[in-house]
Amino acid sequence: MDLRLPSKVLEHILSFVDSNEDRNSVSLVCKSWFETERRTRKRVFVRNCYAVTPEAVARRFPETRSLTLKGKPHFADYNLVPDGWGGYAWPWIEAMAAKCPSLDELRLKRMVVTDECLEKIAASFKDFKVLVLTSCEGFSTDGLAAIAVACSNLRELELRECIVEDLGGDWLSYFPETLTSLVSLDFSCLDSEVKLSDLERLVSRSPNLKSLKLNRAVSLDALGSLLRLAPQLVELGTGSFSDKLDQEAVSKLSQAFSEMKELKSLSGLWDVLPEYIPLLYSVCPGLTSLNLSYATVQMPDLVELLTRCSNLQKLWVMDLIEDKGLEVVASSCKELRELRVFPSGAEGLNDTNVAMTEQGLVSVSEGCPNLESVLYFCVQFTNAAMVTIARNRPNLTCFRLCVMEPFSPDHKTQQPLDEGFKAIVERCKDLQRLSVSGLLTNKAFEYIGTHGKKLRMLSIAFAGDSDLMLHHLLSGCESLNKLEIRDCPFGDTALLENAAKLETMRSLWMSSCCVSFGACKLLSQKMPKLNVEVIDEHPLETRPDSSPVERIYIYRTLAGPRLDMPEFVWTTQKNPEIGVSHLAIK
Amino acid sequence: MDEFVNLKATELRLGLPGRDNVCEDGERVSCNSNSNKRALQVDAENELKTETSLLESKVQIVGWPPVRSYRKNNIQTKKNESDHESQGIYVKVSMDGAPYLRKIDLSCYKGYSDLLKALETMFKFSVGGEYSERDGYKGSDFVPTYEDRDGDWMLIGDVPWDVLMGFCYLLQDVLCSCKRLRIMKGSEAKCLGSCV
Repeated sequence: MDLRLPSKVLEHILSFVDSNEDRNSVSLVCKSWFETERRTRKRVFVRNCYAVTPEAVARRFPETRSLTLKGKPHFADYNLVPDGWGGYAWPWIEAMAAKCPSLDELRLKRMVVTDECLEKIAASFKDFKVLVLTSCEGFSTDGLAAIAVACSNLRELELRECIVEDLGGDWLSYFPETLTSLVSLDFSCLDSEVKLSDLERLVSRSPNLKSLKLNRAVSLDALGSLLRLAPQLVELGTGSFSDKLDQEAVSKLSQAFSEMKELKSLSGLWDVLPEYIPLLYSVCPGLTSLNLSYATVQMPDLVELLTRCSNLQKLWVMDLIEDKGLEVVASSCKELRELRVFPSGAEGLNDTNVAMTEQGLVSVSEGCPNLESVLYFCVQFTNAAMVTIARNRPNLTCFRLCVMEPFSPDHKTQQPLDEGFKAIVERCKDLQRLSVSGLLTNKAFEYIGTHGKKLRMLSIAFAGDSDLMLHHLLSGCESLNKLEIRDCPFGDTALLENAAKLETMRSLWMSSCCVSFGACKLLSQKMPKLNVEVIDEHPLETRPDSSPVERIYIYRTLAGPRLDMPEFVWTTQKNPEIGVSHLAIK
Repeated sequence: MDEFVNLKATELRLGLPGRDNVCEDGERVSCNSNSNKRALQVDAENELKTETSLLESKVQIVGWPPVRSYRKNNIQTKKNESDHESQGIYVKVSMDGAPYLRKIDLSCYKGYSDLLKALETMFKFSVGGEYSERDGYKGSDFVPTYEDRDGDWMLIGDVPWDVLMGFCYLLQDVLCSCKRLRIMKGSEAKCLGSCV
């Protein structure tokens, strides 16, 4: 008797299975389940665009509606990856256009997207709805115009912190009068002024518009008229908040804000003048998310605002808030879940006028029981503070601490910050993301290896004494998925001893460390399922095996060596003349 | 090993400037033995001036602090627009008795009262006395002063704010009319009032 589930029935069952983790398990049961699952998967996430070929993905999941891709390694955000390294969206768009006509959502992060890509999207996917580009580059406003004009059912167009060649504000005018489906528009990273009348008309004919993030060029006056046209907004990113308005305009704007009963998220607020802060008071009680990280106002004004934000869950702010301001947050924002404090100074370490210390974070850890995610730039910290924070908040899932001066010890005891981080990893059992800083010895990493069992992503800079550090991490952190290290004095031994671990991780980045050329070659030879990329702007052919390389990026892949490597990326496959020497590595 | 030693001179130097022996094969770099790390921290008070200049001349580290370029550019741009020059006018501020100096951007302030308020907040003191042309900051324990191009310590407030800032914009940095600020305390300050 055939006990197999008819595929139609399985299909129906699978329509309730949303999580890709579950779907991955389903696909491993047997061939027919694999087939049914792959034909019904609607959302695909490829978190390293070089881990698999676009053709393989398009072939396996022909019905996919939504594709999310990530390209460059995280440290590209901090200019550690030279331009031209890779992360091109084109091959993916081409493959999806050929095999997956139902695609209507594309989310790309840290990828190179050209105008051709955007034109191809506009031309290939009939019902394209969602385009979200985060930290992408390579396109111009012409590409945006192509999307605007062709995608008649566009719902979301979001450009988050992209580097766009701005050829003017005309692109917005290309949205046809027939487009009424817009739900979300984010052009905050563009410079040029868009035509206000076009923007107003677009907003007027978009009854479903829930999220609008303007660029800096949109004046305060213009904001007023836009808010009056869209009082239903849930998310608002203002433009520049500093024009001089007359009394009438101010009260009209105030009125417009008070009409926004649904507003939950507020951002933008560039150059906000202190005298305009009161305009925001009416929306504060409803806010769950507030991004003040571009608002260069001082602590007293920030505090005025924050005391009114009793429902705030997410706060991004600059260190202008100072410790005192965070004390106010601790007592006013009891629902806080995520806190990010960014440095207000310009390039240098000693340019900031504000001294953010451990006090501020300790206050928030005491006052906010739901705090689970922290990003904190400061000038000093102590072990005792971290112990207190860990004790207060064992529910932390993300702890990223950046003491800005490298090698800073505990400023009270002058000891390394080992014990502090020990407390964090020991107490916060669900910690998934950790960034460490300050003076750290191998001990810190021994603790992290011992206790950080749920840790998935770890970022390290200017730390540790020797290879043991890396060894502790690679052998101890069972869930480790992404490890990125810069300026730490070791490499070879730990890397080679823990080579197998690298296949269980998405990627490893090491720059300005002591990984030798020879070790890279050996690793590459030992582990064919990894791409071992040496990213070095000096030629390697004549280098001895013992010389250190500038950067290595190692990631597991089913796709084999990639075909788009620039000159400065070396792999043993691309550069077979390098060869593998038989130099014994300790 | 010999090969390695011979190449030391041409080898890529990794690690922060001032740190050496980062990459000796097999050698464990102990954090205590590396005296260069200490140099980055504030030591004895009388070494403060050299410490500060060491910090000032320190090479910019690529990608540190880890702030996205997008964010850095946007804060920078703000300064561009409002201050007519890309870097602001940073001057050192010392206060008698304080363990370390601070730095402020003069272009952020609209006038003397603004500046004084900021200094009071930063150093947690209060000027107290009112400024008057005749008596300076009479009755105050603290007196704000600045060092001009000639190296003289001048009372803050005598020259109109615009004039002072005008000089700063024209001459910038080292040539700035106001090179640094100093908050004088106690008897030294009081003397200014009586020595007219």
